[in-house]
Amino acid sequence: MLQLLIPRKPNLKGCHQKKLEKIYECYEVVQAHLLPVVALGQLEIDYDELAAAALRCYCTKVPRNVNMAKLRNGYLFPEISIRELQHLEKYPHAKLISLGIGDTTEPIPENIALSMANYARDLSTAEGYSGYGAEQGNKALRKAIADTFYNHVPVKETEVFVSDGAQCDITRFMLLLGSNATIAVQDPSFPAYIDSSVIIGQAGDFEDEVGKYYDIEYMKCRPENNFFPDLTSTSKTDIIFFCSPHNPTGHAATRNQLEHLVEFARDNGSIIVFDSAYAAYITDDSPRSIFEIPGAREVAIEISSFSKFAGFTGVRLGWTVVPEELLFSNGYPVINDFNRIMCTCFNGASNIAQVGGLASLSPEGFQAVRSLVGYYKENAKILLETFNSLGVQVYGGRNAPYVWAQFPGRKSWDIFTEILEKTHITTVPGSGFGPGGEEYLRISAFGHRESILEASKRLENLFS
Amino acid sequence: MSITQSLSTSMISSSSSAFLVPTQLNSRPQSVSLQPKRVGLCKCVAAPQEEKIAFKTKVSRNANLTKLQAGYLFPEIARRKAAHLLKYPDAQVISLGIGDTTEPIPEVITSAMAKRAYELSTQEGYSGYGAEQGEKPLRAAIASTYYRGLGIEENDIFVSDGAKCDISRLQVVFGANVTMAVQDPSYPAYVDSSVIMGQTGQFQKDVEKYGNIEYMKCSPENGFFPDLSTVARTDIIFFCSPNNPTGAAATREQLTRLVQFAKDNGSIIVYDSAYAMYTSDDNPRSIFEIPGAKEVAIETSSFSKYAGFTGVRLGWTVVPKELLFSDGFPVARDFNRIVCTCFNGASNVSQAGGLACLSPEGLGAMRQVIGFYKENTDIITETFSSLGFKVYGGKNAPYVWVQFPGQSSWDVFSEILEKTHVVTTPGSGFGPAGEGFVRVSAFGHRQNILEACKRFKQLYK
Repeated sequence: MLQLLIPRKPNLKGCHQKKLEKIYECYEVVQAHLLPVVALGQLEIDYDELAAAALRCYCTKVPRNVNMAKLRNGYLFPEISIRELQHLEKYPHAKLISLGIGDTTEPIPENIALSMANYARDLSTAEGYSGYGAEQGNKALRKAIADTFYNHVPVKETEVFVSDGAQCDITRFMLLLGSNATIAVQDPSFPAYIDSSVIIGQAGDFEDEVGKYYDIEYMKCRPENNFFPDLTSTSKTDIIFFCSPHNPTGHAATRNQLEHLVEFARDNGSIIVFDSAYAAYITDDSPRSIFEIPGAREVAIEISSFSKFAGFTGVRLGWTVVPEELLFSNGYPVINDFNRIMCTCFNGASNIAQVGGLASLSPEGFQAVRSLVGYYKENAKILLETFNSLGVQVYGGRNAPYVWAQFPGRKSWDIFTEILEKTHITTVPGSGFGPGGEEYLRISAFGHRESILEASKRLENLFS
Repeated sequence: MSITQSLSTSMISSSSSAFLVPTQLNSRPQSVSLQPKRVGLCKCVAAPQEEKIAFKTKVSRNANLTKLQAGYLFPEIARRKAAHLLKYPDAQVISLGIGDTTEPIPEVITSAMAKRAYELSTQEGYSGYGAEQGEKPLRAAIASTYYRGLGIEENDIFVSDGAKCDISRLQVVFGANVTMAVQDPSYPAYVDSSVIMGQTGQFQKDVEKYGNIEYMKCSPENGFFPDLSTVARTDIIFFCSPNNPTGAAATREQLTRLVQFAKDNGSIIVYDSAYAMYTSDDNPRSIFEIPGAKEVAIETSSFSKYAGFTGVRLGWTVVPKELLFSDGFPVARDFNRIVCTCFNGASNVSQAGGLACLSPEGLGAMRQVIGFYKENTDIITETFSSLGFKVYGGKNAPYVWVQFPGQSSWDVFSEILEKTHVVTTPGSGFGPAGEGFVRVSAFGHRQNILEACKRFKQLYK
């Protein structure tokens, strides 16, 4: 009960009704400060009012999911948004430049947008109307994805599942796995892997001192190990999340590295969840798909997205490849369970978004989208050069739209705050991606060219 | 082939069992034999000499998924339909099975979506990630259209890509350690998502129920409202009204009792109001019309059956601020966390469509389409009534629940399909109390509805 969690002052003065919103607002503050118990008076909360109003609150008898309680703080990116908003409140005239959340900024190529517009319009005609689509996705789109991204590797269109985005697919895959699976993640990594694992119940409590959840294997990725984990010191887990090109470090794993990864998975009987959302940003000949590695079909699924490829962050479209050969320990094909999840917990990606996806894979569309990707890559190059010229150690930026800047000895939230305060630029503190991200900052290359150039100028002023 | 052409020819639901990859459940190595069949000619190919031992990972299959009995209900219906079409390639099959909308979306709505889609190619009109909870104007419009005067505000509304997805997300919020009750019969996603989440025991074949789920019988005998005095306490109660599949709409008095029941037991009602706009009489359209409901209920709804958005994908869930877990933690906070972590918002183009739906013109247009389907429902109800069947539902929902006493619903389904080429949905697919009933959906072109009814009359005269 709420009242038990709130330390009571000895004299309970008169009670007055409080607005419920205020209570909930207070509740999280109180919870965060409860252990250790804070001396009353340090927090600007009237405990009498809070306790009294809490007594009036009806609570159901439904226990809160213990896994939700394990989560530390809100999800990373809304936290960044909140900081931005707070900053704007403080400096209403500041020209804020957002290089934090990796949100695309450039318009979708016209031919793609037109395809979606025409399809939408046709939905009001008898011939053009369509209702429920296949939960696995439109056939033509599945084929186009297989032909475009997997034409050099043996991936069938029936192994491609269209979705409303990688973040959603990650959770659906967790639902498929259940709470008894163990995971390994790169450290640092895209927070959704860890958070969804905690939510499903695969992880233990959060250990404050080391900034890690129990029961999750964190595979350190640092400059010292060329951003590829030392697999000899990595414990066996059921699932290995691996993102390449990597968010947030920008490192694209080499063929050699991925061969080691596949071998490691085969030896351990693990399943690799390969996140290739940034494959289009690869400049060199690093593998664009895990399935370029022999033997990967029996140990890996691949998740990808149109978000950073076609500017579909708001349109919502992605896909997951589940090879037929991927089997559970009892021989049951993973693809059958994935299909069941898609049919039961999902109802297909929006048909309009799927038309857009198909258009982006047409010769004309693909060409336009490549220009878009090229534009962001040029942004990344500019940012990379800026940091280099300032003598800041930077990584990434060549095969991904992220630059990973190192500030030895400094706390990443502190650098984040300093940069925000002094240059009005949002970035993302590396520790938000895991303890391996401390000392680092992720700077995203999504932005209008002018913003990127302006940001570079401000950073130059700050650090020179 | 134009993009739109290639898209519309392939918009049929894939069936799950046609899809299934053959399993290799034995640990002994097996030879894989290939036997291509041709019509009129049976050609058998000998098994290859070398034996390939399939590589298996060491990852255990989720025990919860092994509990599931068959594929999800509707892909099974689609599979049967596809098999039927193979058997009778010239048959004019009429689909009154899966509740899929058929009539075009009103222009006021599609033009808004077309506009938004096109604007994404302009500097001023481009938008990237939207708020995971949905675009503010849409949230506000949902609140004011459906919850005016009920104390539900814009920030209690979470926009989604549909009710089915929200149901799973709610299950993720609740976790494995809650118990749930469902109506029997009910929309299969509640039970299936509960099994997947690990809330249930094994399927008990003798009673056709999963262990640890409380099935609340809804039959003609109890007016399709459960006898709450015989219902065990559970943490969560799924309740759909107007009901899929029975079409029953709970009265104010019944819902008041349900809310009281939840209050007494400290339970949370997940109220599915996806068919609220099909209500004819003055039954409540939202659970929040019942005093006290905000402290015990979540409401989920959808644009699918209102605006023909089954393919466009848009819905919403209301989680009141007052809804608290036993420790006082607001359910909305956890739902918000799930929405931010496990989801990334509904498609912006779909949301633009949703906003247009809720404009005065859009609402008027939606009511017209709903009216059309309601007329279909009347025609179907009339037909079965005139043939002497006991018919339920139809008045407040686009479904007609026809009774075939003493018969297996899958047998009736097969017979109807075989003899009239009309697809329906067998009642037992919705739960054991659905046995002896068939659900006939009223979504279809008018001529198909009329034709189907003609065929029913021929079969059952």
